[in-house]
Amino acid sequence: MADAMKMRATMDGDAVDVKVLIQHPMDTGLLKDKNDKLIPAHFINQVVATLNGKTVIDSQWGTGIAKNPFIGFRIKGAKPGDKVGINAVDNLGTKYDGEVVVA
Amino acid sequence: MNQFRRAFLKGAGTVGTVAMAIATGLLKPGAVFAATWNTLAFTTKDLSEAISNAGYAGATDSSDIVIKAPDIAENGAVVPVSATCNIPGTTSMAIFVEKNPAPMIADFAFSNGAEPYISTRIKMAKTSVVRVSVKAGGKNYTNSREVKVTIGGCGG
Repeated sequence: MADAMKMRATMDGDAVDVKVLIQHPMDTGLLKDKNDKLIPAHFINQVVATLNGKTVIDSQWGTGIAKNPFIGFRIKGAKPGDKVGINAVDNLGTKYDGEVVVA
Repeated sequence: MNQFRRAFLKGAGTVGTVAMAIATGLLKPGAVFAATWNTLAFTTKDLSEAISNAGYAGATDSSDIVIKAPDIAENGAVVPVSATCNIPGTTSMAIFVEKNPAPMIADFAFSNGAEPYISTRIKMAKTSVVRVSVKAGGKNYTNSREVKVTIGGCGG
């Protein structure tokens, strides 16, 4: 589901600045819909960032990350042409993958 | 490879830590999501329980953790928060919102050159203290900052 993810990686000094946007409802399971029924929890809970295939950030998320999650991070020692990848999975097992080349 | 092995042995001792995740990830490069989701820490409603289950208990206050967040958030559903840690040897960082129904927001483990910096957007149910805890050199550090919320982000 690469369409659901937008990524940008730009050099800033000796580090690459990565910004990632994922389209996702991030439902907490605590909200009710119009018919007073609970909306089941549906949220991204594991996100791994890689630089040229090597894990740089391994994260776990709860329901407290806002809808359509944004994450920004920096990796030292990257250079233009390197590949930054994101592998995310939600609590229902749907995978979201994205890759961007450092500009 | 020796330090990887050390990390693995260290991680094996404490169940569900991120160290475990990294270590198993290194042993099995094919498996991307090596760690199982830390259900205990993320589902608890109790702040101190969340902190200890995530492995950030007994933290010392440190102003070397710089939290950037608005003083007043108009909309609690989307609160931009970023945190930088200036303590050398920072390996992981977690974000907690003390008054959220589930206080634990996220836990990030850094490796292979990732800077101890995270920028994201979080949900806040009401005015609360945002706490950022880090693990650095085998010790835990924490810092916090209050964010006033005018419209809550969880529950209408």
